[in-house]
Amino acid sequence: MARVVVDVMLKPEILDPQGQAVQRALPRLGFEGISDVRQGKRFELEVDGPVDDAALARIRDLAESFLANTVIEDFTVRVDEVAEAAK
Amino acid sequence: MTARIGVVTFPGSLDDRDTQRAIRLAGAEPVALWHKDKDLKQVDAVVLCGGFSYGDYLRAGAIARFSPVMESLIEQAKAGLPVLGICNGFQILTEAHLLPGAMLGNDHLHFICRDQKLRVENAETSWTSDYRAGQEIHIPLKNMDGRYVADQYTLDKLEAEGRVAFRYLDFNPNGSLNDIAGITNEAGNVVGLMPHPEHAVEPLIGTGRTDGLPFFTSILKKLVNA
Repeated sequence: MARVVVDVMLKPEILDPQGQAVQRALPRLGFEGISDVRQGKRFELEVDGPVDDAALARIRDLAESFLANTVIEDFTVRVDEVAEAAK
Repeated sequence: MTARIGVVTFPGSLDDRDTQRAIRLAGAEPVALWHKDKDLKQVDAVVLCGGFSYGDYLRAGAIARFSPVMESLIEQAKAGLPVLGICNGFQILTEAHLLPGAMLGNDHLHFICRDQKLRVENAETSWTSDYRAGQEIHIPLKNMDGRYVADQYTLDKLEAEGRVAFRYLDFNPNGSLNDIAGITNEAGNVVGLMPHPEHAVEPLIGTGRTDGLPFFTSILKKLVNA
């Protein structure tokens, strides 16, 4: 088993009111100097069998058609190396 | 003979019964369709109603878009089947790419429920022909994810082609770009909007007016005269 991580973020030009609400709360918590916060989603996929190029290509298709809506979101796909090394 | 209009029920749909009722009041025959069933029962048109299909998990409408009923619906909508998406139905239509753009959370982050004033911008679609272009109507609005977004190219194209079907008047309730409340596809058979016309078909309920009824009489006329 291996873990593949898909990170999904709103495109930079899309307004993110949740991120803004988080950013505005920071000074109250004593965190200064953070000028912007953007909030996204992280998917952790536990893959049966080897994560070869074919498996990654399939996951990329999945991310593009389902996990992200590419009209408003960007995504990245990567193998979780830490989870791999711990095994 | 009257027209048969399908109403899809997904797990989490809320307004399927109200929509069926509105269709009946307009004089057409509502036909219940089920999300797991690819069979559209040879209906003449379909309404995707409001609610929270599949809990709105992932994104509003994102999981519903891959349900068996949508497989048939996407294919037939592309071939000209009239489809109206109300609220969650609008979200499903954008996720299915039958309508351009996408829906995001309201900019103020709150659920909103109010009587909303709209302007009918396009009275030539299958679902809006009983309105006049420029007509102002009051329809209930209730949603969490009502912020319509699209890139500038798409917005310019929608505006230039007269495909903004409805616009919010006086107050933009969710941060939608260009005050867009609803849009149509190029052919005019697929229309989506956030406000709920099916809740404004009788004087007793909703806004106390019947401003939503023309959606259902428009499609009936089109189908019966076809």
